[in-house]
This record gives sequence, C-alpha cells and structure tokens, in this order.
Amino acid sequence: MLIYIGKRIVMALMVSVVVSFISFMILNLSGDPAIALAGADASPEEIQVIRVQYGLDRPVIVQYIEWIGRALQGNLGVSPYFNMPVKDLIGARIGVTLILGTCAFAFAILLAIPLGVVAAIRPNTWIDRTALTISVFGQALPNFFFGLLMIIFFGVILQWLPISGDDTWKHFIMPAVALGYYASPSLMRLTRTGMLEVLGSDYIRTARAKGLKTFSILFKHALRNAIIPVVSLGFVQFGYMLGGAFIIEYVFAINGIGFLAVQSIQRADLPVVQVIVLLLSVIYVSMTLVADIINAFLDPRIRAN
Amino acid sequence: MSALLEVKGLRVDIPLEAGILHAVRGVDIVVERGKTLALVGESGCGKSLSVLSVMDLLPQKAKWRADKIFFDGKNLNDADTSPMANIRGSKIAMIFQEPMTSLNPCYTIGNQLEEALLTHKQVSRKDARDRAVFLLEKVGITAAASRLRQYPHQLSGGLRQRVMIAMGLMCGPPLLIADEPTTALDVTIQAQILALLAAIQKEFDMGMILITHDLGVVARIADHVNIMYCGQVVESGSAIDLFNNPLHPYTQGLLRCIPIPGKTAPGAHLGSIPGMVPTPIGQQVGCVFQNRCEYVHDPCRSSIVEATRISDGREYNCLLTPEVCRTNMSKGLPK
Amino acid sequence: MMETAGPFKNITFPTPKQIVYRKAKRHKGFLIGGTILLFIIFMAISAPILAPHDPYEQNLDTRLIVPVWHAEGTWNHILGTDNLGRDYLSRLMYGARISLLIGVAAMLISGVIGTILGVSAGYFGGRVDMIVSAIISIRLALPIMLVALAVVALVGGSLMIVVLVLGLMIWNRFALVMRASTQQLRSMDYVNAAKTSGCSTLRIILTEVMPNILNNLIVVATLEITRAILIEASLSFLGMGVQPPLPSWGLMVNEAKGFMLFSPWMIMIPGTAIFALVISINLLGDGVRDITAPEGR
Repeated sequence: MLIYIGKRIVMALMVSVVVSFISFMILNLSGDPAIALAGADASPEEIQVIRVQYGLDRPVIVQYIEWIGRALQGNLGVSPYFNMPVKDLIGARIGVTLILGTCAFAFAILLAIPLGVVAAIRPNTWIDRTALTISVFGQALPNFFFGLLMIIFFGVILQWLPISGDDTWKHFIMPAVALGYYASPSLMRLTRTGMLEVLGSDYIRTARAKGLKTFSILFKHALRNAIIPVVSLGFVQFGYMLGGAFIIEYVFAINGIGFLAVQSIQRADLPVVQVIVLLLSVIYVSMTLVADIINAFLDPRIRAN
Repeated sequence: MSALLEVKGLRVDIPLEAGILHAVRGVDIVVERGKTLALVGESGCGKSLSVLSVMDLLPQKAKWRADKIFFDGKNLNDADTSPMANIRGSKIAMIFQEPMTSLNPCYTIGNQLEEALLTHKQVSRKDARDRAVFLLEKVGITAAASRLRQYPHQLSGGLRQRVMIAMGLMCGPPLLIADEPTTALDVTIQAQILALLAAIQKEFDMGMILITHDLGVVARIADHVNIMYCGQVVESGSAIDLFNNPLHPYTQGLLRCIPIPGKTAPGAHLGSIPGMVPTPIGQQVGCVFQNRCEYVHDPCRSSIVEATRISDGREYNCLLTPEVCRTNMSKGLPK
Repeated sequence: MMETAGPFKNITFPTPKQIVYRKAKRHKGFLIGGTILLFIIFMAISAPILAPHDPYEQNLDTRLIVPVWHAEGTWNHILGTDNLGRDYLSRLMYGARISLLIGVAAMLISGVIGTILGVSAGYFGGRVDMIVSAIISIRLALPIMLVALAVVALVGGSLMIVVLVLGLMIWNRFALVMRASTQQLRSMDYVNAAKTSGCSTLRIILTEVMPNILNNLIVVATLEITRAILIEASLSFLGMGVQPPLPSWGLMVNEAKGFMLFSPWMIMIPGTAIFALVISINLLGDGVRDITAPEGR
C-alpha cells in the first residue's frame, strides 16, 4: 500500500515537471515576453535591449531551468504589468477561486449522484429521462451562455441575485451553479451506469437471494461498489473544473486567478500566465493523486496489494 | 403431507427486439421434503430461469407467472405483497454458478455471512458470528474464525463456493437451490463441492434443487430428475427409473452421449444429437424436439404434444408409446 | 428475413440490419438530433443563397432592430440587427459554417493524432503503452482551455490557428478510447489468427482492428466535434478566438454582452444556436452508440 502511494507520488512529480516544461515552451514560443515588457510602442532596438537585460536572448531551455529553479525556491517572478511579485497577485486571488470551485463541486455532486442513483434504480422511467435530459443539456449548454442566461433571468429580470463581483455568498450562487452544472453530466452518467452495472452483478443477486431489504441492497451493497469510480472521477473533475473556471470568473467578474489569467493574457503578461498554468496543472495532478489514493482505500482489492 | 415446493405451469417471457422469447413454457417443479430434484438440460434450456423465477430473482426485463406456486403449504400466488422477501434467504437459499463474482468485493466474509442471519432473525451479532464459524467449519473451511475478517478476493474459487454454501445455511432453510454450483470450478474441486452438498443435504435434512448439465452428477445425488429441453420439461421421473428406462428421445440421446467406464470400448462411437436448439420466439407448432428427433413423423410437426403420465411423478412429452420408446432405446440408433 | 426450421414459426425473425433500422426509427434522441443537425447543415450550406442580407454589411441607420416576434420587429430583419446594423439571421447562418468547419476540422486533426497514439498503445502494449499513457496524462494535466486561449491570443486568432490549436491539443479522448478498444481487440482470436497467418502489423491494424473499433470512433468523433465547437465558442466569447468581423456565434454573444440589459435576445439567439448545434450532435452520437450496441443494456 505504501509502495503504491509512493509510486503514485513519484509519477505525479514527474508529470508535474514535464507539464511545467511543456507549458513554459508553448507559451514562450507563442508570444515574445520582451515585447510585453518593453511596451507595445517600443522600437526594435529597445526590445532588443530588454531582451538582453532580462536574459530572454538565451535558449528557451536555459530560461526554463532558471525559471523552474527560482520557482522551486518560492520566487515566482514579477509581473511587468503590475510591477508586483506574481506570488502576491495570485495569493490575493486564489482563495476566491477555491471557494468558487468548492461550491461548484458541491453543487455538481448534489445534483449528479442522487439523480444518477435514482435513474439507475428506475431505468426508463420519467425520472431516468429527467436525469438524462439534465445531463444532455449540461453537456450542450456553453457555460458562459448559461451564466449569461442566469444573469438575465435572476439578476436583471427578477433581481434576486447580484450579477457580478465576489463580495457576499450571494455572489457565488450563480457562478457555482453555472460551473458545477457543466461538471455534473459526466458524474451523473458514471453514477448511473456504475449503479446499473452493479445492480446487474452476481453479488447483488446473492444479496437479493439472501432476502435483504431493498434499502440494504441498494445502499450497503450496490452504492458502496458503484461509488468508487465516481469518487475518483469527482476529484479529477474538481481539478479540471478549476482549469476551466476562468470563463465563469470572467462572466461574473469574480476576482480569482482565472479572471487574472484572462486579463494577463490580454496584456501579454506572460510571467503571470505561466505561473497560473503551472499552478492549475499541479492542482490537477494532485487531485488525480488524491483520487488514486482514496480509490485504493475504498477498494479492498487494491488496498491489499 | 404436501410437497415442500410445488410449482405448476411456470412461464417466463423475455421481450427482445426480434419478438418475445418464450424462454420457459409450462414447467412443473415439485420438490419433496428432504429430497433432491435435479433439473438437467443444455445451457439455455431455461433451467436457471425456472428457479430464478421461483426465487423472484429474474432480471427486470423478464416476466414470469405460474398457474400454481405452493411453498411449505402456503400459496405464494395469493400473497398481496412480494412474499419472496421473507422466504428468500430464510426458507429458500440459493447458490450460484459463479463463486468468483457472487460475493461482494467490498465486505468481509464475516460481514456477508452474519448479514444473512441478522436480516431474518433477532439474534445478537455474537451469535451470528458463532453460527458463521460453526457453518464455515461444517463446509470444511479451516481456521474459520480468522476467515471472517478476509475479503472475497483473498479466497480461491472453491473456498468461495464453500462460503456461499455456508451463507445459504445461515438461517437453516428447508430448501436449498444450487444452480450449476460446480461449473466454474476445477474438476477435483467439483467433486469435493458435490460431495459436500450431498452430505450437507442429508445432515440438515433439506430439500434441494440441483441444476446441472452433468448426468453423472445427477445419477449420484438426485432422487428425482426433470429433463428440460428448450423451455419445457420433456421427461421426469425418479432418478433410478429415468436412467434405467429413458423414454423421451432427447433423454435417450443424452444418455447415449455418456461413455461408461469399463463398458464403452475405446474408440467406440459415442452418441450425439444432431441439429441445433431452436430459439423459442413466435408460436410453437408441434413437438419442441421435432427438428432433432430420430423418430420424427408427421403428427410430431402439427399436433400439440402434451405430457403423458405413466405413474405418479413419471411423465414424458412424446407421441410415441412407452413400449415403442423402450424398443427404440434397446435397438440403438436407427442408422 | 431468416426462416428457422423447427417448432417455432417465427415469421418475422429480423436480420441485424433490420434491428438497427428499427431501433433507429424508434430512438427519439437520434431522430431529434439528426433533424436539428440536418437543418443547421442545410442553413450553413445554403447561406449564400438563402441569407437575406450580407452578413458583413453595416448600416448604422438600422442598428439594434428587434426580432420579428417583438411588436416593433420587421420581416426585413427576421432576427433583428446587431449594434452595427448587420442582419442577425444572415450572421447566424454564416456563423453555422464557422462552427461546423472548426468542429469537423479540429476533430479530424485530433482524431488522427489520438487514434495513432491510442491504437499503437493498445496494440503494441508494453513500453509503447507506457510512453503513450505518460503523454496522455501530461496532456490531461495541462489546463487546456487556458493554454489554448493563451496560444490563440498570443499568436493571433485566425480561423486556421484556432483549428490547429484545438486539433493539436484536444486528442486525449480519442487516444484513451482507442487504446482501450484496441487492447480489448488485441487478444481476440481473429487478430491472433491474422498474426499467425503472417499478416503485417499495419495490415492487421487496418483490416482487422480499425473496422471493429469504428463504432467507438464515430461516437468519440461526435463528442470531439462538440467539444471543439464549445471551446471555440468560449475563446471567441472572450474575444480571443475567431476575430471580428467573422460571425462566430461565440463572438456574437461577446459583442451582444454590452446590450444584455436592453436587448437580451442578442445573446439568446447565438447562444441558443450553439446549444442546438451541440445538443444535436451529442444526441446523434448517443443514438449511434445505443443503436449499434448489442442487445441488452
């Protein structure tokens, strides 16, 4: 078990390193950081001076090693736009993003798992079809459009909820719903198919043959098995959701790292974008790691090995 | 005294894209107290579906009904609510074909054994555990107490089937149904499990339904035999009479397929039944065995072939008279 | 029709093809999705003929005309006009071309990459599988929407760049599904039979493996088209994808955002169009999966 966890951690670290390298390369090849530093109206000579001054004329790989070396020591660089350490910029905003992500995730789980379970217990009934419709809509509704629809309806027409900002808990309701709804279809489908598969399994037939009460069959025997992959997917989805939260943050003007990333991309403020991409990758990798470990605890077959 | 289980006119229908599959058509099952009934037939003949209907364990798609279903003198067709919930596990226990997947991978053996008793009887957890240990030892599992903490994946297939048997016995049921309990096991383990089942059945004086396609097993264990073919019982009778005096051409064909050690010469021609089992979709016209029967004649293709009763519990579904059938068997194949 | 000898007169024993046809005719999602999609494709193709106006023609005198179902609407501009006086219906019809083009083109690129990676990982296993799996997990770890946004924004958003970025980055589902299906197939007897009879690896993959994972490939392809459409819409909505004056639906929502308070229909129309297109393709994909699935669940 400890060896298993150890292996996973090493894997996660390796993936993080490679991802940091690839994202650094992609971003540095896409835009020229020197132009951003020098300003849009700088002459080629001025840009060249900046390039030399910041060491941007050296091979990208050298720059990467320097950057990751500093990052590991806690120095995430300075944003030329804000003229502030990137660490402070992100530190001031990460909390909001995590709150949004957690609320959205809670909404997704509360919507997906009960519906998925009920749909599997009563397949091809109205409730199954409702669940299916909700999930088909969730997959097809662009989340920025869903967000705008809610703003128009609940914010502008009914005026129940504030339409932008992140000052009170009320500000988080619509963004969390918009973000979580997008994440729920895959969880719901996995719950439903998992439950259906388990309910058709031999050991559920054994449980029924023993004369167990329906409640015990569904929740003790079936859900306990069906939920294992859902829990894993849940953690992965959480990581994935944070990576896509920037659109919702943009729509609702929530001052999180996603909104910061969008603004920094518009300003070609590469050092900030770089760190946010790395941060989101690391969060995602950690989430898959947590998913693996929890999976191992939930499944006695993996736990034993 | 009435039979332990008496089912008359059992039918199972399964709707498919191609039409309704009449998987079981008018099957009778009678189990006497303390006796073993064997259901014999090729795979897909409806023997498993028949007992699963009695247990009300069919998949949701499949629909079943019976003209008459009595267990222990009670009419189960009369009950308002699902009567099976109280009978399943406590009065009728069932063991399945696949020991590898029949136990829940997420719970310990002990948990799953105790649960079988705790659901039906008001006993303490400790009593349930003691009963589990007692039965695990009965089914020949060593270090029974420590096994309780193990998970199914830590046991071999043979051990898991023993656990399944112990689980079936937890409430001391008067009827045990074993659905091909040895098919998935190694040959040596098969013999052990069958011997165990026979011994347990005697010791606890249970009625038993044994489903199998192995006539050798039937000869050793069964008191009464139902031969099933394509959703019908084509012949039934006491094991001794049926083996000595098979009437239905299908039974005869099955028996010809078995080599007898010492009697069948090496290289001798073994019997086989040509043709394929028909798919029971649509309307049945004539005898169910007509397309594979050696002795088929015109009436077989049009008449409704009903069970002919020879004596109590001895029936066969064929237009030929018992005398003709016996002559056919002694003459061997017509070729 | 197949006639069976024996006691059962099953007059209508349908062939597998008939079963598929029958299932398709009964599958509501498949029919609805197919109808909507055909309609959108028709609109996209016939835009030059059917569109009432030039989608790029600005006319400040006819700005912000409301759609025809409002009291002040006019049949000359059925869906109204935007803030620059451009006919909304015409832009919508031309926009369908952009969404479909990006969806299909990005899917083709990602399909080639993902299928090659997935099939080779599944077929060869061992070291190849390990490397491909590592590549997939690295790809999954990248916050792809954000990276795509950054690249498109930094390089400059042309239709071509958007297609390339989406195609080159979003092949993970193809790779995963193809890997799993090929692994399943690899151990099949007929693949082994082909191996023993000395067929070359490429030939086995093309003639024995690919035809058997085609169903899965189609289902994944529909999912990937919609994913590309949705991401393009999101990038364009942020103003960093397809650039004006192209009538991308996401861009239309972006341009309408400022008029949300007084002209919410400007958001509703292109937003609903994206939703309808995506849902129709998803329904079609689900339908293909259900219809071709073997009997049972």
